[in-house]
Amino acid sequence: MFLINCPFCGEREQSEFKAGGEAHIVRPKQPTELSDDEWAEYLFMRKNIKGVQFERWNHIHGCRKWFNMVRDTSNDQIKAVYKMGEKPPVK
Amino acid sequence: MSNNLRFKTSKFIDETYRISFKFNNKTYFGFKGDTLASALLANGVHLVGRSFKYHRPRGIMTSGSEEPNAIIQLHDNSSRTEPNVRATEVEIYEGLVASSQNCWPSVNFDIGGINNLLSPILPAGFYYKTFMWPASFWEKYEYFIRKSAGLGKSPKVADPDIYEHNYIHCDVLVIGAGISGIIAAKMAAKNGFKTLLVDEKSYLGGSSIYDNSEFSKINNHLTSSWLEKEINEISKLENLEIKTRTSVAAFHGYNFLLARENLTDHLPVNQRENKVRQRLLKIRAKKVITATGSIERPLIFDNNDRPGILLSSAIKKYIDLYGVACGKNNVLFTNNDTAYETAMSLIQRGIKINAIIDNREQIDSKISYEVEKNNIKIYKGYSIVETYGYRRINKISIMKLSKDGQTVIGNKTKLNCDCLGLSGGWTPAVHLFTQSGGKLKFREEDQVFIPDVYPSDQISIGSCNGDFGLEEIVKNTLSSLKKFLNIDNSEYKTIEIISGLNQSKRNIWLLPSDKSIGKTKSFVDYQNDATSKDIKLALREGFRSIEHVKRYTTTGMGTDQGKLGNMHALGIISETAGTKMGEHGTTTFRPPYTPLTFGTIVGRNVGEFFDIFRRTPIHDWHVANNAEFENVGQWKRAWYYPKDNENMHQAVQRESKAARDSAGILDASTLGKIDIQGTDASEFLNRVYTNAWSKLAVGKCRYGLMLNEDGMVYDDGVTTRLGENHYIMTTTTGGAANVLGKLEDYLQTEWPELDVYLSSVTDHYATISVCGPNSKKIVSKVIPDLDLSDEKFPHMSFKNTKIDNIKCRVMRISFTGEHSYEINIQANFGKSVWEKCMEAGKEFNITPYGTETMHLLRAEKGFIIVGQDTDATLTPIDLQMDWIVSKKKYDFIGKRSLYRSDTIREDRKQLVGLLTENPEEVLEEGAQIVADIKKSPIEMLGHVTSSYYSPNLKKSIALGVVKGGKNMLGQKLIIPMENKNINVTVADPVFFDKEGERLNAKL
Ligand SMILES: [Zn+2]
Repeated sequence: MFLINCPFCGEREQSEFKAGGEAHIVRPKQPTELSDDEWAEYLFMRKNIKGVQFERWNHIHGCRKWFNMVRDTSNDQIKAVYKMGEKPPVK
Repeated sequence: MSNNLRFKTSKFIDETYRISFKFNNKTYFGFKGDTLASALLANGVHLVGRSFKYHRPRGIMTSGSEEPNAIIQLHDNSSRTEPNVRATEVEIYEGLVASSQNCWPSVNFDIGGINNLLSPILPAGFYYKTFMWPASFWEKYEYFIRKSAGLGKSPKVADPDIYEHNYIHCDVLVIGAGISGIIAAKMAAKNGFKTLLVDEKSYLGGSSIYDNSEFSKINNHLTSSWLEKEINEISKLENLEIKTRTSVAAFHGYNFLLARENLTDHLPVNQRENKVRQRLLKIRAKKVITATGSIERPLIFDNNDRPGILLSSAIKKYIDLYGVACGKNNVLFTNNDTAYETAMSLIQRGIKINAIIDNREQIDSKISYEVEKNNIKIYKGYSIVETYGYRRINKISIMKLSKDGQTVIGNKTKLNCDCLGLSGGWTPAVHLFTQSGGKLKFREEDQVFIPDVYPSDQISIGSCNGDFGLEEIVKNTLSSLKKFLNIDNSEYKTIEIISGLNQSKRNIWLLPSDKSIGKTKSFVDYQNDATSKDIKLALREGFRSIEHVKRYTTTGMGTDQGKLGNMHALGIISETAGTKMGEHGTTTFRPPYTPLTFGTIVGRNVGEFFDIFRRTPIHDWHVANNAEFENVGQWKRAWYYPKDNENMHQAVQRESKAARDSAGILDASTLGKIDIQGTDASEFLNRVYTNAWSKLAVGKCRYGLMLNEDGMVYDDGVTTRLGENHYIMTTTTGGAANVLGKLEDYLQTEWPELDVYLSSVTDHYATISVCGPNSKKIVSKVIPDLDLSDEKFPHMSFKNTKIDNIKCRVMRISFTGEHSYEINIQANFGKSVWEKCMEAGKEFNITPYGTETMHLLRAEKGFIIVGQDTDATLTPIDLQMDWIVSKKKYDFIGKRSLYRSDTIREDRKQLVGLLTENPEEVLEEGAQIVADIKKSPIEMLGHVTSSYYSPNLKKSIALGVVKGGKNMLGQKLIIPMENKNINVTVADPVFFDKEGERLNAKL
C-alpha cells in the first residue's frame, strides 16, 4: 500500500485516496466543433504504460483535493506529486 | 510405546506441567512447551496424515511453519474448528483435540490409498486431461474429487472468538528473532530507533538458542548462552517492542506489512473467554530488516516421503529444544556439514546413529572428524536409492554415486533405521523479500537465490541473505547494520567466533536411482504429491515457464506454497531443459506467508459492524411502527409498513391506494443534498445538467438530469434556487457521494475559474414528503402561517418558513404525480415534525409509505429511477426524455456524446411501457423481452426494468428497455418465462394521469 504525499496534507495511507486515471487530458473547450473521432479520442483513449505514468489522484477521505502524481507502474515508485494546473516537476 | 523417547535435558520443557490432549481420538500426554508435533513424536507417533493425491502415509517432516505433511484439523466438532493447521506450530494446551486430515475412514486404513496403487495412471495434469471431457460429466467428477480431496472441514457455526486490527508505526521493523534479528533489534533500539521485533515462534533466539555445540562459539561461550545474555539485555530496552507468536503474512510496497499476532491459541480453551484471539497488525515501518532465516532442503530420491523421514535440522531441534528423540536407530542423509551438528546432538544424548550417508566424496571439517571419532559409519560419496516401511520407515538401500553424480554404481547395501534425517543444504527464506518486490540473484557456488535489488528501505540479514556459517552471519549482519542504520557498532568490535563447520556441499537436485524414472516416486512437493517424474513429464509436454509447470504439476500450490521443494523443482527443470537456474523464472511467493484465519482478516468488521448503517432522524418512528427496512447504499430505508399480518404485496397495495385517495407520508431524508453557492452557481448548473438554469427564478425548483461525459444518464433530482447565488441540489440516495465527487472533480480540474462552493448537507436535514389530495389540508394544519394557495405557492416552488419557531424549507414538488409538499427541517427536529404531520393527518387517514410504494407510484407516472430503469447505457433520448435536453446550450457534460454515430442509432434500447395481455399477470423485473420465439437463436430485444400491480389502475404495469422501442407503440412482444410465454403490448411509459391534472387540481 502506497504512502502518498498529498500536496495539501502531507504523507497519508493509500486507502485515503482514489485514483482518477491519466492526467493532463484537458476537456475540449468546444466539444461541438469536434468530429466523432476527435471526441472519441478525448472520451475513451487512455494510456496504460509499464513505466513512468502521469496520473490524477484525489484525497477523497482527506482534503478532497485532486492532484497529479508521477508514478512508475513497473515498481510503484512515486516520482512526484504536484497540484492541478502545475507543470510536472519530472519528465 | 515406551516413553524413553523423551530426554529430560531441555530447559524449554516444563516437566512439572503435564498436559493431556487427544489426537485421532486417542489420549496422549505432553508437557508445557511442547508443540503438537513434538508431543506426538515423544509418544512415538510419526504417521499423522495422508498425502493429497495418492493418499500415501505421511509423517511429521519439519519443526516449523514450512511443514507440508502434518496438516491437521484443530478443535474437532467445535465452533472453533480450524482446518489446515500445522502440528509443528500448535503449542499444546489442556483439552486440545485434533485429528488428521485427508484420510477416511482413518489414518491407518485409508480407502484413498488405492490411488497410490493406481498412480501409474495418475500422472501430472491427470485431472485436467481426464475430467475435461465431456463437459456435462464435470458435476459427477467434482463430487468424487471433492469427497476424496483433503482440505479439511470448515466450521459450520459462527466463530466465537474475538479478533482485532491494530496499526503500528515504527522506525525499524525486525522480522525474525534469530541471532541476526536479535543483534539488529538491539543495535537499532540502542541507537534511538523506535523498533519492533517480531517472531512467529513462542520463544526468541531462533535455532541458535538451542545451539549447545562446542563447535560454534561466540567469545568463548556456547552460542546459546551468549545469545541468552543478548536477549536478556534487549528485553530491558525502552525503544524496543517485542512480539512473539507473531508471523508476518505479507510485505507490501512502501514498507507496509501485515502480521498476525497470536494471543490465546496456546492457552487452555477455558482461559480464552473474552480475550482477543488474534490481531492483524498493519505495520508501516520506515525501515525493515528481514531476518527470516533459511529452510533446510530435503533430498529428492525414490520414496523419500515415508513417515519417520524428517529434515535433519528438525531432528536436531526436537532433541535439543523439546528433548524428544524422533527415533532410536537413526540414519542421516546429507550433502553438507549441517547434518553433523544433528549427529553431535544425538551422540551427546547417546541416541544411536546407524550411519551417515553423505553425497560428498571428501569431507573435511572439525565436526565431521569428531563424529567419526564416535565410531559413526560415514558412507562418503553414497546416495539412498530406496526406502522401505509402509507406515514408518524401517530400512534403506544405498549405492555409490558415480563421479559425475548422474548415476549410481556398485552393489546395493541395506541398512536398518526407524528415522531418517535429510539435509540438502539450505534455502534462504526470501518469501517476504520477493513479496515486497525484491529481485533475486542466483549464487552458483551453493545453488541458492539471494536478495539482489531492494525495492524499498530494507535489508535482509543472516541466512535469509545467504550467509550460512555462524561467523559469516554475525560479521555480515554487523557490517550491514552499520551501513543501513548509519550507526556505530563498536560494541561488537572484538567479537570472536569459532565454527567447526565448513560450507562445502555437493548439490544434486534429483538423486540418481538404479530404476528408471518411471518406476520411482521421488517427491518434490510433499503436500501436493508432485514428483520429479511429473515435472519431467510437464517439460516433455512442452511446458517451460516455472509458473506453467507449477500449475500443471501443482508443485508449490499447497497451503505450504512449496517452502521445501520449490528449489528442487527449479533445479530439475533447469537440469532437464539444460538451462541456467532462474532462466525460467523463480516462482512468485504470494501473501500470506502462512495461512491466516478469516477471523483475523475481518477483525471486528463482523455482524452489525460489517458495514456502516445510516439511519434517518425518523428511523425510530419507523421501527416503532412496524416498518420493514431495505438497504439503499448504506441507508436503512423504510420499505413498507405491514399492518395486521399483511404481506408485502398487501401492504404496498394499501399504501399506494391511500396516497392517491387521501394522503401519504414518506421519509425522504436519505436523498442526497448538496448546497451550492457562489457567483457562478447558475453557470455551473448549466454545465452539469442537460437543461437550462440561468432563468430559474429565486424561489423556484427544477428537475435536472445529469449525464456522464459519454452521454449516459448518471443521476437526477430536483434543485431549488434559494437565492441569487445559492442553490440546493438533491441527488438520488445511492448517488449522493459520487455526484458530489464528480462535481468537485470538474470544479477543481476543468473549471477552476468558476466561483462555486459545494457542501454536502444530506445529514443536516430531515425531509418529509406529504402527498395526496388531502396533503394541502394537512400541511396547512402543521404550518398555519404558510399561504398554500396556488397563486402564492405554485407547483415547483419553495418557501422559507417556520414550524414552532424552527426554520424550515418547504418545497412543493412531486415524485408521485400527486399534489405534495416536501418539508426540510434541521435533522434533530425531523421526528417531531413527522409526528406532527401524522397527528394532523389522522382525520385524513394519512398513511406512511415506504420505498416500495414510492417506486410503484412513480412507475404509474412513468418516472425513472436512475440505477433501476437505467444502467449507464441509456441516454436521455433513449429514455424518451428529449424534453429535458436543452438544444440552445452550447455545452454541458455529455452533450457532444448525444450525437455520436452510436448514440443516434435508431435501434438502441429505449424505455417503453409494457402492458400484459392478462392485466392480473405481473412481470418479473429482469425478464427478457423478445419478439419472435420461433427463430433460433431467439433475438433478445431488451428486459423488464420495473414491474408492479397498480391498485389505482387495477392492472399490471411495467417499464422496460427494448431495441427500437420508441417506434413500437402498440406492438405485441413476448416475455418468455420458464414454463410460459407472457404476451405484452408496448405502451406509453406514463400510465396514470397523463395530463398531470392531479398536480394542478384545485384542492
Ligand atoms: Zn489532502
